[in-house]
Amino acid sequence: MVISEETRAKIEAEIAKYPQRRGGLLPALHLVQKEKGWISLETAQELAGIFGIKPVDVMEVVSFYSMFYDRPQGRHHVHVCTNLPCSLRGSRDLLRGLEAHLGVEAGETTLDGRITLGHEECLGACGYSPMMRVDETYHEDLDLASAREIVDGLK
Amino acid sequence: MGLKVPFVTSYLTEHFGDDDFTKLEGYRKRGGWEAARKALTTMTPDEVTETVKASGLQGRGGAGFPAGLKWSFMPKGGDKPRYIACNADESEPGSFKDRILLERGAHQMLEGILIGAWAMQAEKTFIYCRGEYAGPGASIRRALEECYAAGILGANCLGTGFCHDVVLMLGAGAYICGEETGLLESLEGKKGQPRKKPPFPAQHGAFGMPTTVNNVETFSHVRHILNHGPEWFKGFGTDKSPGTTIFGVSGHVARPGLFELPLGTRLDEIIFEHAGGVANGRKLKGVIPGGMSMPILPAGQIDVQMANEFLRERKTMLGTGGIIVMDETTCMVRASCVITYFFRDESCGQCTQCREGTGWLHKIITRIERGAGSMEDIDILADIAGKMEGATICAFADAAAWPVQGMLRHFREDFELHVKHGKCPFPESFEL
Repeated sequence: MVISEETRAKIEAEIAKYPQRRGGLLPALHLVQKEKGWISLETAQELAGIFGIKPVDVMEVVSFYSMFYDRPQGRHHVHVCTNLPCSLRGSRDLLRGLEAHLGVEAGETTLDGRITLGHEECLGACGYSPMMRVDETYHEDLDLASAREIVDGLK
Repeated sequence: MGLKVPFVTSYLTEHFGDDDFTKLEGYRKRGGWEAARKALTTMTPDEVTETVKASGLQGRGGAGFPAGLKWSFMPKGGDKPRYIACNADESEPGSFKDRILLERGAHQMLEGILIGAWAMQAEKTFIYCRGEYAGPGASIRRALEECYAAGILGANCLGTGFCHDVVLMLGAGAYICGEETGLLESLEGKKGQPRKKPPFPAQHGAFGMPTTVNNVETFSHVRHILNHGPEWFKGFGTDKSPGTTIFGVSGHVARPGLFELPLGTRLDEIIFEHAGGVANGRKLKGVIPGGMSMPILPAGQIDVQMANEFLRERKTMLGTGGIIVMDETTCMVRASCVITYFFRDESCGQCTQCREGTGWLHKIITRIERGAGSMEDIDILADIAGKMEGATICAFADAAAWPVQGMLRHFREDFELHVKHGKCPFPESFEL
């Protein structure tokens, strides 16, 4: 069994909130990803069993949403918003600077598995750009120096 | 990080600087939950709907549909449970107002939801909050815990015997889930691909049940309408667009941020008086007035009131009130690259015109930006955008076509200069 008993119990609690079991699928994927870091085929098969659907039904949801990952990720996600309001205020330069600093391109993971760097579409911080999302935290009004400091502090 | 309170406040945001306003006790101290008590104990459901209808409140999620009218579409009686979906999937580039309404005013939104639930006799609300909004999501969760512990929500709301449950779901990164039927699909644990209408959500919504979808800000206005009455509400804004809204100003301004102002406030006033004007002493080139889906206005056309009845005359719309300001250094072809990349990335892929069209627009604009485009390419862009508009299941294809049409309408010269010079003629423009 890939999914822990504890996570299974949390999934059942989510499912109970919806009139149909499948309503709990997105919450379940968030929970499993919190435990595993990504959604493997084995995980998808087990989830399919919990929901009484096919593994492909799970994977098509995984592939549709940008926050679900079908391959292993770095321990931290660093996502720079590059949409128009942020681009106007230099977010592309910030991203290039972080690429050079970390030695990876957007979409790649550092060799030590520490950071997956990426760019993201609008994160709702347009007035406080450039900005980046590090895991669940927003960092706003950045310049390259402050962004590098934040990234260097990630274990 | 840090507290992002609007620079200009009105009734929606006046207490957003007070830390205890996010907590039940502090919210109650400032009159919180009294409007819901009034509605549930002294008004019939129809009276509540009629009050919201009379206020003229328009939905604040982008389309501007009258909220009370939407509520009145819900079937009465019958044995099907009725649901509400609160759209907290704010993802329109340039828009960042719902985030503050959730972070600093979750109780205010929940009170509007409970009032709506009474009006529509709904048994459950699903709040669909974008997955990236971990902070706002936590604010909603805390407020819900307080409401359940205090008996405001649940089996006996405010001691009245009315039952209403509120469930929070986090999305997972898909702009299209902000489209109301894409949102419903996502709630059901599926890909967020919009549904064909009819049937409309009021007949066949979440899990096949009658459902009304309203935006975070729309619900946040409701308690004020109940407290002060429709006439008070109409004292803000224009005849056709009453109330305030929270304008977000981003891009090349000296003071980017949020400003709660009456609908109908002039765009030039917002930019120059409130947002500090164009940064670095530069001149203005263009402004996207309502989130990235809305057509741009050139600098000479911003003497316009920010309400749909005026913006439509200039072939654009209020959208979500996200104002993106671009100075004289900006290459509009480059800006169009960013815009069309976004729509290409976020198209759900269901309809051919949208799936293919968004890709073609981005490819051709990128080619022009690189200096490898032709004059014919510019005409092809207009042709593609025209064929996308109004041809698909949902309004996403329109939202992708309109900004390109706006750019060609007002900044065609920028495109032509790229073709003539064989390169981007704006060396000082932002980096791509």
